[in-house]
Amino acid sequence: MTSKIHPALIVFTVFVFIFLVGPLVIVIGSALSNTTYLTFPPQGLSLRWFENIFAISAFRRTIITSLQIAFISTFIALLIGIPAAYALNRYRIQLPGWLSTLFVLPVLVPELVLGFALLKNFAAEFSAPIFLSLIIGHTLLVLPYVVRVISASLASFDFSIEEAAISLGSPPLKTFFTILLPNVRSGVIAAFILCFITSINDVSISIFMTGPGISTLPIQILAHMEQFFDPTVASVSVLLMALTVGVMAIVERTLGLTFLAK
Amino acid sequence: MKRYSGWTLASPGTLLVVVFLIFPVLATIATTFMTPNGIFAPYISFFGSGFRRTVLWRTIQISFITTVIALAIGFLTAYVVSRAPGWLKSILIIAAVFPLLTGVVVRSFAWMIILGKNGILNSTLVSLGLIGEPMTMLYTQGAVIVAMVYLFVPLMILTLVGVLESIPDDLIQASASLGAKPSATFRQVIFPLAVPGLIVGAVLVFTGSFTAYATPQLLGGESQMVMGTLMYQQAMVIFDWVSASTIAAIMVVITIVVVLLMTRIARRLNPMAV
Repeated sequence: MTSKIHPALIVFTVFVFIFLVGPLVIVIGSALSNTTYLTFPPQGLSLRWFENIFAISAFRRTIITSLQIAFISTFIALLIGIPAAYALNRYRIQLPGWLSTLFVLPVLVPELVLGFALLKNFAAEFSAPIFLSLIIGHTLLVLPYVVRVISASLASFDFSIEEAAISLGSPPLKTFFTILLPNVRSGVIAAFILCFITSINDVSISIFMTGPGISTLPIQILAHMEQFFDPTVASVSVLLMALTVGVMAIVERTLGLTFLAK
Repeated sequence: MKRYSGWTLASPGTLLVVVFLIFPVLATIATTFMTPNGIFAPYISFFGSGFRRTVLWRTIQISFITTVIALAIGFLTAYVVSRAPGWLKSILIIAAVFPLLTGVVVRSFAWMIILGKNGILNSTLVSLGLIGEPMTMLYTQGAVIVAMVYLFVPLMILTLVGVLESIPDDLIQASASLGAKPSATFRQVIFPLAVPGLIVGAVLVFTGSFTAYATPQLLGGESQMVMGTLMYQQAMVIFDWVSASTIAAIMVVITIVVVLLMTRIARRLNPMAV
C-alpha cells in the first residue's frame, strides 16, 4: 500500500514531463522542415538538412574528431580508472583517505577552469598538439565516472573469491580477467556509456582547445549557429539524439534502464 | 607487498590528475598573485569594476533562482515518480534520462527555437491574440534561467528518486496509522528524510549553473554576461589571461565554499545520523 497522491500533483508531473520532452520534439520537428529558416511545426517534410550536414566539410571533420576523442579518452579512462577503483576498494585500509578525494577532484573543479588551465599551462606553454590536449582534457573529464561507477560495482564484490583463486595458483592478471572483470561487467558498460556521452557533448573543456584545423562537433555547432540559424543545427542535434537513443538501447539490453537512475 | 601493489594500481590515475589537473589549476591561480602590480592587484581590479561586480552578482542570482526552481520541480516530480507503479516509473525515468544524456548545446538550442523573436512561443501568443507583436525573450535573464532549469531538472529528479525510494514504506504507513494526514506525512516524514538528497541536488545545480558556459552564451549573449562567458571572453577574445585566471580562481573558490558549506549543513540536518 502506498499513500494516495494528490491529483494536482499528478497534473503538475504531467506538465513537467511535457516541459522535459517537448523541446526535444520541437528540435526533431524543425530538423524535418523544408524551409530555409527554423520553424515548428515543420512546413513540408524533407531530409535536405540532414544531407546538408555532410555537405559541410567542417561538420564531417568534427564528427570524426569527436568520435575519435570520445573513444580514445573513454578507453584511457577505463584503462587507468578500473585499476584505481580496484585499488581504492581492495586496499582501502592501506591507502590514504585523500586518494579517493583526488579522483573526484575533476568534478569539483569547474570544467571551464580545467579547460583554461590546460590551455595555459600545457597546450600553450609546451605548444602541445591540440588533439593531445583534447584527449587529456576529456580523459580527466570522464575519469571520475569510471572510478565512481566501478567502485559502486566493487562494493558488492566479495574479494575472498579472488583470494581463493590466487591461493589455488591463479596468476594475478588471469585472476583479474576471469574473476574480477566478469563481476563488474555491468559497471564497465555503464561507465563506458557515461564517459562516451559526456565526452561527445563536452563544450566547456573543448572550447579552449580548438583552433585552426581542429575542432569538436559541439564547438562546430556553436560556430555554425553564429552565422546561420538554419535547420542544419537541428538535424545535427537529431543525429546526436539518435546516438543517445542507440546508447540507451545498449544499456536497456544489457542492464535494464532503471540502472541509470541509481 | 600489498601496499605496494595498491599504490601501483592507483598511480597512473593519480599521476594524471596531479600533473594535468592539480598542477595546471594551481599554477593558473598562482599567476594571479604574481603580477607586477602587487599581490592582490587582479582581484582589486576585478571587484573595483562595476561591470564585473554586476556579472558576478548576476551569475549568483541566476544560479540561485535556478537552484530553487529546480529543487521545487525536481522534488515534487521525483515524489510522484517514486510512488508510480513499476512500468510507469521506468517510462518516466527514461523520459528524464534522455534529456540528461542529450548535450547541453542541443538542449540550449531547443530553447532558442522556442524563445526566438519568430519562435514558437511568440507566434503562438500572437496568434492567440494575447500579445500584439513578438516580445523579446531571447537574450534576457529569464531565458537563461528557463534553459538552466531545463538543463538541471532531470538531474534533480534522478538524484531525488533514488533518495525517496530508499525511504522505507513502513515509516509512511506508521505515520498514516498514527493519524497523520498525507500532507502532514509529506511535510514531517518524507521531506526531512529527503533533505540530504535535496542538498546534494542543490550543490550539483548551483555549481553547475555558476560555472556554465554554453547555455548563458546561447540564450543570454553579450547582454547577459555571466562568469563563464566573461572568462571565455577574457581568455579567448581579449587574450587577457591574468583577468581570465582571476575569474577562474573566483569560480574555484566559490565552488569549493558552496560544496563544503552544503556538505556540513547536510551532515547536521541528516535525521538518520542523529
